[in-house]
Amino acid sequence: MTTPAVTPPPLQLVIGEEELLIERAVRTALDTARLADPTADLVRVGVADLTPGELAELVSPSLFAEGRVVAIEGAQDAGQEIADAILGYSKAAADGVTLVVLHNGGGRTKAGKGLPAALRKAGAVVTECDKITKMSDREAFVRNEIRRAGGKTDSGAVTALIDSVGSDLRELAAAAAQLVADTDGQVNEEAVRRYHRGRADVTGFAVAEKAITGDVTGALETLRWAMQLGVPHVLVADALADAVRTVARVAGMGRANPNSLAAELGMPPWKVRKAIGQSRGWQPAGLAAAMQVVAQVNADVKGAAAHPDYALEHAVLKLAAAHDLH
Amino acid sequence: MTGGVWSQLVGQEHAVEVLVAAATAGKALVEGRTSDASGMTHAWLFTGPPGSGRSTAASAFAAALQCVDGGPIPGCGECHGCRTTLSGTHADVRVVVPEGLSISVAEMRALVQTSARRPTGGRWQVVIIADADRLTEGAANALLKAVEEPPERTVFLLCAPSDHPDDVSVTIRSRCRPMALRTPAAPAIAEVLVLRDGIEPEMARWAASVCGGHIGRARRLARDEAARDRRAAVLRIPLGVRRFSDVFAAADELVKAAERDASEVSKTRDDAEKEALRTALGAGGTGKGTAAATRGAKGAERELERRQKSRATRTQRDALDLALVDLAGFYRDVLITASGSEAALNHPDHARQSTTAATAWTPESTLTRLEAVLACREALELNVKPRIAVEAMITALYRG
Repeated sequence: MTTPAVTPPPLQLVIGEEELLIERAVRTALDTARLADPTADLVRVGVADLTPGELAELVSPSLFAEGRVVAIEGAQDAGQEIADAILGYSKAAADGVTLVVLHNGGGRTKAGKGLPAALRKAGAVVTECDKITKMSDREAFVRNEIRRAGGKTDSGAVTALIDSVGSDLRELAAAAAQLVADTDGQVNEEAVRRYHRGRADVTGFAVAEKAITGDVTGALETLRWAMQLGVPHVLVADALADAVRTVARVAGMGRANPNSLAAELGMPPWKVRKAIGQSRGWQPAGLAAAMQVVAQVNADVKGAAAHPDYALEHAVLKLAAAHDLH
Repeated sequence: MTGGVWSQLVGQEHAVEVLVAAATAGKALVEGRTSDASGMTHAWLFTGPPGSGRSTAASAFAAALQCVDGGPIPGCGECHGCRTTLSGTHADVRVVVPEGLSISVAEMRALVQTSARRPTGGRWQVVIIADADRLTEGAANALLKAVEEPPERTVFLLCAPSDHPDDVSVTIRSRCRPMALRTPAAPAIAEVLVLRDGIEPEMARWAASVCGGHIGRARRLARDEAARDRRAAVLRIPLGVRRFSDVFAAADELVKAAERDASEVSKTRDDAEKEALRTALGAGGTGKGTAAATRGAKGAERELERRQKSRATRTQRDALDLALVDLAGFYRDVLITASGSEAALNHPDHARQSTTAATAWTPESTLTRLEAVLACREALELNVKPRIAVEAMITALYRG
């Protein structure tokens, strides 16, 4: 048997909360270990059930020197004792054993919080698995997935896929792989539309964004989707209120640098920039009317109206009317 | 004026007269001098504007019923019965003061049970419900039967802002003897502040003139500088909001102050209560069986947290409501000034501002503003987020 030239990094830190990526990191660690030793196996253990003694047993080289990957889950909950044991081992890593520490980046105890920094210092290979929240990151992820599966795509297809599948990475990855297999690698918007219909993720914010710019048709359509998907009425009403008050606050400040405005209003700069764009076409009279509309719909969805669905639609229409008020 | 416990009631001569007569009849009944029960009523509904002393009247009456002194007028304020009642430790007086948003049906069912017992002191079993307007519909119904035909020696004293069906259900109201209290006059309030609380006459006069007939509020304003500042800040809003962007600053100030009130209450009480509950349920114990003892304690803890949250919401709403009432009073003053009426102002110390406003605004726009304030109070009742409701209101105040 020939030994390949790769030796897996003996100490790895997987930090973040995105389950799919964590799973992949562990899988990669195992695969790398198997390149070195095909009999290597994976041991998963939660930090809560782990004692320093058990850890020592897990990471000790076995009699027949077969490879092993030990994944310690939930390291953010580590107590002082076990954290010390992990760090102690990291200084004298055993041959053929890969220790993968999974940490969510948080931690309530001092030991749990300090573990990532200490492991980095000890030379651990770090894999970041932060939750993907930004739209652009999610698009990049999907594009990457399709490429990994051996397909080609364009931006329209990516947006359509995210619209119809949702934001869960596992589902997105699975859908991407499936699409590549179904279409012989040419994933374009038409192909996505053939296999996926409807909308998976509609938030109150999406409704509010359309309503505030005076796009009545778009807002009503999004609202119907949101209701269909069971988005709580209260969330939509709150999003409407938030959009109106943000625009009103930004519009009230007059022309100014978005960054200094953001500091003054206590809002993130991107939100201010967006609100400046949305505030075009709004007059003070219209904004004042809109404030009353969102206050009223806030009461309506909490039981003041006979039918909350209708109350929301009515509010969207009234917002559009307020938008045209001069 | 009648002395003893009755001196607590400010400017309510008629009510005192009625209550003394009833208490005297009750005393005769207890002491077996008569079997004629027509002088004493078994269920009372005290109504009156906030601060007129509804619960004070109820507890004074309760004290008079428990009074063991031999004097001609029950309610001496000196004897064992009076004192324990007023301090809330009398064995036969049960007071229900809701801290949360409503009184639940479970609470009332338990109360009906205890109210059926004979009084341990041999006089009266008294049940006081301080905020009967917070009874839920179910709770009120649970109470109906007991209020209609209480046991021989049980008395129900209910307090509510008015006997309007919104406050007290008609079924409860029709089973109670109404006892309407009126808004005490400013001089009477000032006198009480000076005599009972030892406040400087000048300050007392000022506080009495701006409190809107609310004795507790007058005392608070006279004593607490923070309360005076808060009121001044609220009354700056009508003329202070000059630009659209001021709306949000003003709303922010109002809402933050209310939130601060709520968090102060939570800070001082929540943790202590939780700790006390945990200890009562056996937490922190050592030795055999302690783990089993704390089983199921989580549920009780969650229940406590729920109640604490409800209390915080109510504290926040009450604080906002106080501000809104002050604001509404200001717009009323503006209307009064504009119409040239001689009626007393709610905020005589802000007469200059209300005169300015009266010349600047049309009566219609003042009325619109007043209605916006009242609409905001209603919106808060309906659980609208305070910030949204207050911002909408101040926008309306700004636009007129």
